[in-house]
This record gives sequence, structure tokens and C-alpha cells, in this order.
Amino acid sequence: MAAVSLKIDGKTVETAPGRSVMQAARDAGIGIPALCDHPALPPEGACRICLVEIEGQRAPQPACTFQVSAGLVVQTRSPHVVAARKLVLELLLSDHPLDCLTCESTGSCLLQDLAYEYDVKGDRWRGRHHDYPVDSSNPFIQVDRNKCIVCRRCVRACNSINGVEAISIFHRGFNASIGFGADGPMQDSPCEFCGSCVAVCPTGALRPKLAIGKGRPWQVKKVDTICSYCGVGCKLTLHVRDNRIIGADGAWDGPVNRGWTCVKGRFGHDYVRHPDRLTKPRVRHYLLHGGKKRRDGTGWDWVETDWDTALEVAARGLCQIRGKYGADSIGVLCSAKCLNEENYLMNKLARQVIGTNNIDHCARL
Amino acid sequence: MAGLAASFGSGAMTNSIEDIATHAAVYLVIGSNTTEQHPVIGFRIRQAVKQRGAKLVVADPRRIDLVDFATLHLRHRSGTDIPLLNGLMHLILRAGLEDRPFIAERTEGFESFRAVIEQYPPERTSGITGVPADQLQAAAMLLGTNKPGAVIWAMGITQHITGVRNVMSLANLQMLLGNIGIPGGGVNPLRGQNNVQGACDMGGLPDVYPGYQKVTVEESRRKYEEAWGAALPTGAGRTVTELIPDVLEDKTRALYILGEDPVMSEPDTNHVRKCLDKVDFLVLQEIFPSETAPYADVLLPGASFAEKSGSFTNTERRVQMVQQALDPPGEARPDWLIISALARRILAEGRQPSREGKHAGWDYHSTAEIMNEIAALTPSYAGISHDRLKSGDSPQWPVKDPGHPGTPILHVGRFTRGLGRFTPLDHIPAAELPDDEFPMVLSTGRVLYHWHGGGISRRAKGLLEAYPKALIEISPDAAARLQLGNHERVRVLSRRGSIEAEAWVTDRVPPGMVYANFHFPEASANELTIAALDPVCKIPEYKVCAVRVEKADKDVSGG
Ligand code: SF4
Ligand code: SF4
Ligand code: FES
Repeated sequence: MAAVSLKIDGKTVETAPGRSVMQAARDAGIGIPALCDHPALPPEGACRICLVEIEGQRAPQPACTFQVSAGLVVQTRSPHVVAARKLVLELLLSDHPLDCLTCESTGSCLLQDLAYEYDVKGDRWRGRHHDYPVDSSNPFIQVDRNKCIVCRRCVRACNSINGVEAISIFHRGFNASIGFGADGPMQDSPCEFCGSCVAVCPTGALRPKLAIGKGRPWQVKKVDTICSYCGVGCKLTLHVRDNRIIGADGAWDGPVNRGWTCVKGRFGHDYVRHPDRLTKPRVRHYLLHGGKKRRDGTGWDWVETDWDTALEVAARGLCQIRGKYGADSIGVLCSAKCLNEENYLMNKLARQVIGTNNIDHCARL
Repeated sequence: MAGLAASFGSGAMTNSIEDIATHAAVYLVIGSNTTEQHPVIGFRIRQAVKQRGAKLVVADPRRIDLVDFATLHLRHRSGTDIPLLNGLMHLILRAGLEDRPFIAERTEGFESFRAVIEQYPPERTSGITGVPADQLQAAAMLLGTNKPGAVIWAMGITQHITGVRNVMSLANLQMLLGNIGIPGGGVNPLRGQNNVQGACDMGGLPDVYPGYQKVTVEESRRKYEEAWGAALPTGAGRTVTELIPDVLEDKTRALYILGEDPVMSEPDTNHVRKCLDKVDFLVLQEIFPSETAPYADVLLPGASFAEKSGSFTNTERRVQMVQQALDPPGEARPDWLIISALARRILAEGRQPSREGKHAGWDYHSTAEIMNEIAALTPSYAGISHDRLKSGDSPQWPVKDPGHPGTPILHVGRFTRGLGRFTPLDHIPAAELPDDEFPMVLSTGRVLYHWHGGGISRRAKGLLEAYPKALIEISPDAAARLQLGNHERVRVLSRRGSIEAEAWVTDRVPPGMVYANFHFPEASANELTIAALDPVCKIPEYKVCAVRVEKADKDVSGG
């Protein structure tokens, strides 16, 4: 289809027909503020922070739902729309806790960023505001409805990405807010805790519990890798601080998952620092101090040792068995949880070093 | 995937996740609890149904969550996949919905296949499978008239004594419909573990070198002998489901196990314990003291996925970069370093490879170096290097050279083996069917919040909190007969063992079935399962064994 050409802030932009002004601007590197719009979700047009002026239109239009057409002339920063945006922000902040000092989202909150950018302090109409209890009753997600701006991003993520439709907006007007299932706690709804809603929430309304208090965005190192659970192979961005994983996001450029994950990928990787981790090689007492192998008594106690000793004992043990009963009396199991490179080495070790084709893993199980 | 290898010449998911998510007009999901086991693929199927009106046929004895989104649910009896598929193909042929040009040009063996299919008219199929004839008809129409169609399955198909034949039967179906080698079609086995595909690709199997080069083919062996500078064993080795029981026959004397927990993952736990108890020498390399650790002589602390860099290959053959985020705790080490150090020591004690071998050595400085060796010796990985993966590329094998883009769809225009082969397949009942003493069927699997033997997921705080103990699914009918209430304790006994856990009374399971998982050592389904194996690929029949169910407050003797 022929490209459509339009002008945004004086710059000529080419885009495909059917795209919104927001998408066209985003592609061209022109930032229009957005709260309800999200590149990975269907447009909604709920928050009106993205108002722009379009030549020939009497009132400002939401860029996220206004479709491009040839010859469109768009102003994204005119005094008129800036004033309109300030108004939107004032209204949102008039019923917002403003506890940014301790809010989990500080540094990754769109509302905070926009308030800063537009210099809106939220002190103009401070009046009646909500005081919902914060709900931490499920293992994964903290829900603070006081911080919900009813952008419906979470609703759309749950409907169009996960598909179970666990979230809806309950009540109208001032009292409108998110709720789960029949407006109960998340765990009593069809929710599968995939965290897609958390990934797109622009404020501190939906936060991952495991990360709470563990670090600010600028203190966190981000590392892209692949999930360690299932064979889908979702690309994750791990959040790391002080040699610990404090959280994970789906990577938006993941070819399989395109930013989304399931509950295990997003909330299940704290296991790597579980206190049960083995941190020192161990061998049975009898192997160091002589005596026959018996699975009772002190000979079977673990002795922590250094790597040299442990490897020596392991190599000697395997060689003795091979010497006595032949290479085919040894079995090698590699691992569907380990790297390709490691599995290759296990295959090489079995075949070249030990001299057996007895190698397998749990593919069948 | 021996079944696919026999039918097509190579065995792996033929299409990409993205491709089937966007192009399939109909899905047959059979023996895959996709939304719990491969959740992000489950998302995509739900999206296809909701957003593009794709049709979804779910064939599963259990009313899994995906059924809520299905156009049709076929609730066949466990272990009757072949008669079900034969019955569907019978109706597809009867309605003339087969893809004649595809069959003529790209396949062989159609006539003898058709002869068997003719013996599965709806009446007989219904009798064997328990699926009403009108549902069979509806399913055949959905599959026959919506193109392209993708078949998706997982362990529910393979973990039977007929696992290989089940897979061949699905290959038959897709050839009949001409759904191979095209976008939105294909045969798509979803692989379980994060890198089970890679472990297979890398020669972690008893009969093949990396890239599925047969150990029994002289030419392949010579290639590796030359590369590794050593004479290599000639016959295929034994599978894990043979190696462990063989301890009792004195055929297996020592095991070196990396990151696997046979006590949890193998069938018939009691028997596995007996074997491991007797093995002369066991070296275990793990990150946690697993259920297998009490039997180990040496325990080597390895590194988790976050503590090393390298690659994983996902279920759609996509090779992706894993990057180190953390240092291993204490003295734990990346596994590749441990394996190479151990190899060097064993070589020092015994035979030395010849220096002629270009890849004989074990002095690796990085996993990138290991990948270069893999690429040099494995045609399907020939174009893979860490530099390429790090640049953001994640090609699907075969990747024939550094410039090759990878292969999103297999068997386009031609099967790996030339012509696709139709295989005539008859019904073979499960190895252990219910009887008077053990009147119910046990099927096993996993749940959303846990993973495999549970060694990892039970150590993730949130996951354990979300699903803290084993639950056994039992139907309201069966529960009523036992006067068993929801959340009361239930005992399940088989010829091999017994477990006790909390009952979840739910119509997810049909009346004659109970369903249990193997995530919790105190109530692992594998105490009950049978070590009956598929004759070709030696997969155990986890999805069917006979059990008796009782309310747990009753006294049990001899347990
Ligand atoms: S966690 Fe996932 S399933 Fe649950 S409400 Fe959020 S998006 Fe929906
Ligand atoms: S995030 Fe979930 S679906 Fe994705 S790879 Fe991990 S376990 Fe699989
Ligand atoms: S971003 Fe456009 S209306 Fe919210």
C-alpha cells in the first residue's frame, strides 16, 4: 500500500495508512506523551494526555486514536495542547497519593515523568481522594488502587495478550477503578499471574511484590537472557542488584514472546539465590579416608572439600569403574536445563573421554 | 522425536511459534496442556481464537483450561489417540477433504495407510475412544475445511508405549490434509524443558552425535574420530530409562549426572531409588541438593542459568543467547568449566587423544570457543556463533553457514527424507489397563506454577506460595463414591507404590481418571507410574497406569 505523507511539528513523516498519529510520530522519533497508549496494546483513547492540534480540526485530538491521512498537519507542542495536558495531569494528581519518596515506581513512573516535564505539582485541587487498602494478599502482585489512573492498559493486556480477561473497570466517574474477576482479590479471579498487567501499568498501581524495596531503576543492572523454565524460550531482561535477581521483564524484542512472559518467567527466578544452593564441592567421607562404600555410618557423611580434591576423586572413581567393567558400564546424563555448549561437552566427554555412547537426558520424561 | 524422523526424515517442530500463531486457520491441540505448560504459546492460541476467529479443536481426556476457548473438545479415553486420529482421517477421506495433489506428489505409502483407516468408521472409533460420532464428524469437518491447520502436541502424545506411533499418526493426518511445509501448518511438538531441544541437538542422546548424525553410520563416526582424535564406540548406547534399571543387572556401574533428578523425573520412584542405592559410583553436578543427591558419592556445585553465558535452543529450533547476570555463589562454577576440568583429569589417568585431532583438546576459555567447535562439526549449527547471537540474531536451525538466515519452516517443497511416508497404524491398548483391583486410570503432568521435579520452582518463593502442596484431581462422581470431600486427603495406590495428598474434586478429569503431578517429593506421581516403555524411543507411559483410590483416613496395610 502506498505510504502516507504528513507533517508533524514541521517535519515530513512517511508512514503506512491505518496507523495512528501517535504511531507515526513514534516511528519518526517524535515523542508525544502517552499514558493509556502502549505500543504493544490496541489503542484506547482514554487519558487524553496525547492531545495534539490537527489543522482543520476544531478541537485538539488524541494522537493515539486519530488515524493518519495524506497531507495532515500536526502540532504536538502548541501552547494550547500543552495547557490541555497540564489540566489532565492536574486532574489525575488531585486524587493521587504523591508518595513518590517511597513509591515502588519512582523512576519508572510515567505519571511522575510527565508531572516533572510539565511542571505540575498536583497542589491545585487537592481535595477528596480515595483511600483504598493496598492489597498484597497474592504472592506476586501488589495492587494499590489509589494509584490507578484508569488508563485500562492492564485491562487490555489481560484481554488481548493473556486472554483470560481477569481485570475490568468497576464503577464510574470518580469511583472508577480496576477490579479482578467479580471485583474480588486477584487470586480468586481467572488471573494466571503472568504479570502482563504489571509490565504495562504506567504508575505504581500494579507492582511486582518480589522487587519491593530492593532497588531503584538507576541502581539496577539489566541483563538480557533466556528464561530457564520451559521450551518456549522467552527472552527476559533480568534486573540485578548486588549479585541478586530482584525482578524480570519480558524483553520487547524477544522473537517468541515480544515482551510478555508467564508467571514463572517473570516471578520465578529468585530460586537462583535460595539458601539451599550448593556452594562447595562435597565428597563422601569414605572416599577421602579409606574404607568400603556403605550407605550408613560416618563413611557416608559428606565432607566439603576443594575443587582439586573433588575432581580428582570423581575422575579416579570413574576410571576405576572403567578399568574394571569397561566404558559401557558408565552412563552419562546431560541436562535439558544446561547450555548447548555444556551439553556438547557432555557428549564429547562420554564418547571421546570415557569411550561410551551411553549418554542421554530427560527428553523422554 | 523418532516418529517424525521416520515419517519425514527429521524430527522437530516444523513451523515457528510466530507463524502458527498468525497463520493457522485451525488448531488441533492434542496432549498438550498448553496454557499451563507453554503459557506464552497458550497466550498466542487464545489470541488467535479471540482476535482472528481461528478454530480450535482440543483433544484431551481432561477438561484443561484451553477448552474454555475451544470450538470443540474431544474427550477421548487416555491411550486411544491412534484410533481417534484414524477415525478422524476416516471421515476426512469419506468427505473427500484430503489434499490429493499433495498426497500424489509428496508422499508414499498412501494405499496401505488407507486400508487401515477404512477400518475406523465412526461407530467403531466411538466405541474405542468414547467420543460421540457427531463430535468426530464435527472435528473432521473443522480440520478438513479450514486451511491451513497446525497440529500442536506435547507429552500427552509421546508419553505412551505407543508414543512414536502416535506421532506418526499425527504426521499422517497433516500429510493427508497437505498441511506440511506451509505457513500456518505443520506438526509442532512443544518441547518441555528450556533447553531440551538443544540437549538433543548437541548429541545428548545415545544414538547420535551433534546434529543427529548417527553413531552407527561409519562416515559420521570417522568424522568425529578424526576431529576428536580418538577411536569412538560403534554401537548406540543405552537410554536413561535403561541405564538406571540396568544397575540391578550390573550392566551400569557408575553414573555422571549433570543437572537432572532421576528420583523425581523417572517412572516408578521406588525402583529408581533401589537402583541408585546400588550403583557403585555416582557423580552428581547440581545447583541444589536434589532428591538424587543422597545417593551421590561426589557432589559438584554447578551454576544456574543466570551465572554463565552460552546458548539455549527453544522448541521451534531457535538458538538464543543466554548472558551471565550474576557470579556463581561461593565456590560454585559454570558447568562447562567443571566438565572440561573433569575431562582433562580422566584423560590424564587413561588414554590420550591424538594431537592430530583438530578438536581433541579440552582447554576452553569461553563458551564462544565451544560454540565454534560445535559449528565446525554440526551442519545444522554451522552458521551459529556467539557474535551472531549477540548481535541480536536468533536463527532457527538448520543454519547452514554464517550468511544463511536459518529455517523458519521445515520440509518446504521436499521432505528431509524425500517423500513423506504414510504409516498404517492400528490401535494398541495401554500397557496397564484398569482392572478390579486397580479400577482407575492415573495420568500425570505438571501445573502452571511449578516445573518438572519441582527442585527449582519449589525454591521460588512466589511459586511455592501460589501452589504449596501436591493436589490430586478427581472427578465429582468418583469423589462421591468414596465419600471424599474437596480438599480432604486421598490415597492413590498402584502396583508400585502409593501417595497421599489433598484431593481437588473437579470435573477437569473424567470419572474414571485421577491426575497427579510430580513436583513434590512427599507426594510424587512417579511413586505410582509404570516403567513401561515405547519400544522405539523408550519413553515411559506416564499418561496411563492403573490405580486404586481411597479416602486417606482408612487404614492401609502393607503400604
Ligand atoms: S497477571 Fe496476567 S492474567 Fe493476571 S490480571 Fe494481570 S494480565 Fe491478567
Ligand atoms: S516465561 Fe513462561 S512461557 Fe516463557 S519460557 Fe519462561 S516458562 Fe516458558
Ligand atoms: S495516550 Fe492517547 S488518550 Fe491516552
